[in-house]
Amino acid sequence: MESLSHAFKERSVHALKDETLQVALHRAKDGFAVKRAKAVEGLPEFDALRDRAVAIKNHTLENLDHYLERYADAVERSGGKVHWASSAEDARRIVVEICRAAGAKMITKGKSMVGEEVGVNGALEGAGFEVVETDLGEYIIQLAHEPPSHIIVPAVHKTRGQIADLFHENHQKYGLTRKLSEVPEMVNEARQVLRSKYLDADVGITGANFLIAESGTSVIVTNEGNGDLTCSLPRVHIVTAGIEKVVPTAEDATTLLRLLARSATGQDLTTYTTFSTGPKRADDTDGPEEYHVVLVDSGRSTMLADQFREMLRCIRCGACMNHCPVYGAIGGHAYGWVYPGPMGSVLTPLSVGLKEAGNLPNACTLNGHCAEVCPVRIPLPDLLRTLRHREYQLKLGLKPLRWGLAAWVWFTSHPRIYRLGTRVQARMLATLAGRKGRFTRMPLAGGWFKGGRDLPAPQGETFMAVWARRQKERGQ
Amino acid sequence: MSATGSESITDTPIDHPRVGLFVTCLADIYRPNVGLAAVALLEKVGCSVEVPQTQTCCGQPSYNNGDLAGAARTARNTIEAFEDFDYVVVPSGSCAGMLHDFPRLFESEPGWQQRARAMAGKTHELISFLTDVRGLDAVDASFGRAVTYHDSCHGLRALGIKEQPRRLLASVGGLELRELNDSEICCGFGGTFCVKYPEISGRMVADKADAIAATGAKVVLGGDLGCLLNIAGRLGREGGDVSVYHVAEVLAGMADVPGLGDPPGSGGRSR
Ligand code: SF4
Repeated sequence: MESLSHAFKERSVHALKDETLQVALHRAKDGFAVKRAKAVEGLPEFDALRDRAVAIKNHTLENLDHYLERYADAVERSGGKVHWASSAEDARRIVVEICRAAGAKMITKGKSMVGEEVGVNGALEGAGFEVVETDLGEYIIQLAHEPPSHIIVPAVHKTRGQIADLFHENHQKYGLTRKLSEVPEMVNEARQVLRSKYLDADVGITGANFLIAESGTSVIVTNEGNGDLTCSLPRVHIVTAGIEKVVPTAEDATTLLRLLARSATGQDLTTYTTFSTGPKRADDTDGPEEYHVVLVDSGRSTMLADQFREMLRCIRCGACMNHCPVYGAIGGHAYGWVYPGPMGSVLTPLSVGLKEAGNLPNACTLNGHCAEVCPVRIPLPDLLRTLRHREYQLKLGLKPLRWGLAAWVWFTSHPRIYRLGTRVQARMLATLAGRKGRFTRMPLAGGWFKGGRDLPAPQGETFMAVWARRQKERGQ
Repeated sequence: MSATGSESITDTPIDHPRVGLFVTCLADIYRPNVGLAAVALLEKVGCSVEVPQTQTCCGQPSYNNGDLAGAARTARNTIEAFEDFDYVVVPSGSCAGMLHDFPRLFESEPGWQQRARAMAGKTHELISFLTDVRGLDAVDASFGRAVTYHDSCHGLRALGIKEQPRRLLASVGGLELRELNDSEICCGFGGTFCVKYPEISGRMVADKADAIAATGAKVVLGGDLGCLLNIAGRLGREGGDVSVYHVAEVLAGMADVPGLGDPPGSGGRSR
């Protein structure tokens, strides 16, 4: 997907002013955090599970080549085929080729973030296929021609009214002309439309939450069961997954599954957990005739080799964005690429470059809420700070900021001058503020006031001056 | 005030520790009363407090903007000023957390890293030092008002400060604590974040101000001056009658001055 992250500032300001978006964000805000907290409370071993999950992921990443080979062998043994895509472009090409070879016309898709990342839909549509998203959220944003704004709830930015309008506009051609207003009615109507698509589809494309190395199995979690139908009804099933999705055993996958839904939606488990291994066997009643896996690297092995390896533990639960106050204020689209919120602010610059996405790691207060809830204990604020360090070294940041920092460092390492300077500053500011006790504006400090706030004035004397006088009076 | 430095000769360091107060650049410039309150509280728990005149800033502006070499330069100054004390105490969770991170700045300088590590090991945020290290569980102060409390993120998440200030506030005569909805959600300060992304920061602090208003309390307390300046700035802009104090000022019985950003000589906007 093309990045708009360079325009983060403008996009975030726009988002803050978008009243419909703000209504949607406000509605979503507390829901997930509260549900997660309840789910965690109900599982005393949650923290121990997190430790195990970290250990599983770290072990796998340390031996990633080994487990990927094991996984690929197991897939081939079960009759499937593995394709290695080193770039997004490779991934798009491979998927299009498989669909062409299958003589496909209609393709159904389960929700897949890596699919969004590499831009599968655009490539397929460009090649003349009809592509239908079957996850309700993805279906909604497909109708709206928008990217997802959240990794587990892609249409979280849409209000009920907007969705009703979209359905009304797009479903008339199926003879569904009544304008709906209730959620269950809308869900039913979408089901009705999608049902015929499942039956017509030649190829089903899904993502994977986990790839199990010992058996060559891919695992997806859904709440709508659309994943099942996408895997099993069409003639051809394509799994697209990042290489970091592999885990050694089914047991490991279940450990991670216990964390995933609780962290994401506060459920103990999602409604459906679908395991698929290879194509239909002779004695199976259903299943695809062909089973393909496209393993996507696209920057992941670079991440594996540098300071950002920990990011590859991510299981895409979305907890970090559900607890991020910046995401909560601006929503996902402002970030400008596929992955928003804290995890996206790490991944995006690593994928599209710091020059393009330098704002993302900076647009964070380092409050640490994301790391506190991350089920696989990714130190997101530290990684964001590391990206800022990289940006600083590459001299990509704003020049005035660099000069300001350099001056401050000089000042803070010359205590005598610092003492004098701060004394003058405190007194001057207190005098200027006068009887009001605060400033409503100030030259060169526009940023502060742009945030809709005054600046309290200093009391007048610095603490160090007060203290020095007091010591003198005490005779010390 | 119980003790002064001159009595410390016969005491062991644990009974009567020598504490270096790192007052923080914001408290130094904006709110000397916080420094005085910190000294008063530390002396009450038997510490002999010294204030090195060579201290400046903890280095977070550089550290959090990716200038690690600059942060290291500032940090060296702090280490030189404070490494000889029994404890280093900071009336800010954020700056105390920064001092804890100093060893990370010296990955390629083992000598300095050793010194940084030693100092980090004896560095504490003020309220947790009073309670967790010195065993304080009550103060003799009174403050006859309803207050609410904002948990600053770094103190809360990096240092586990949550219950300690509440325990001490419960002992303040006449004080009623009204819990703040979303008290653990960031106020939007974030150091340079608040000027780099003022619109987002402004939204976050406006939400915080709404939550404060919902408590009906006319006083907000917190343990970090950065957050408090931000919150007081927003409350001031909204023109209400809520005053903002550092929690140490109340615990030391020294909140008899105007709150942050209140008119001088007013005794606070809310009276
Ligand atoms: S970074 Fe952690 S919290 Fe965020 S999506 Fe990944 S696993 Fe979930």
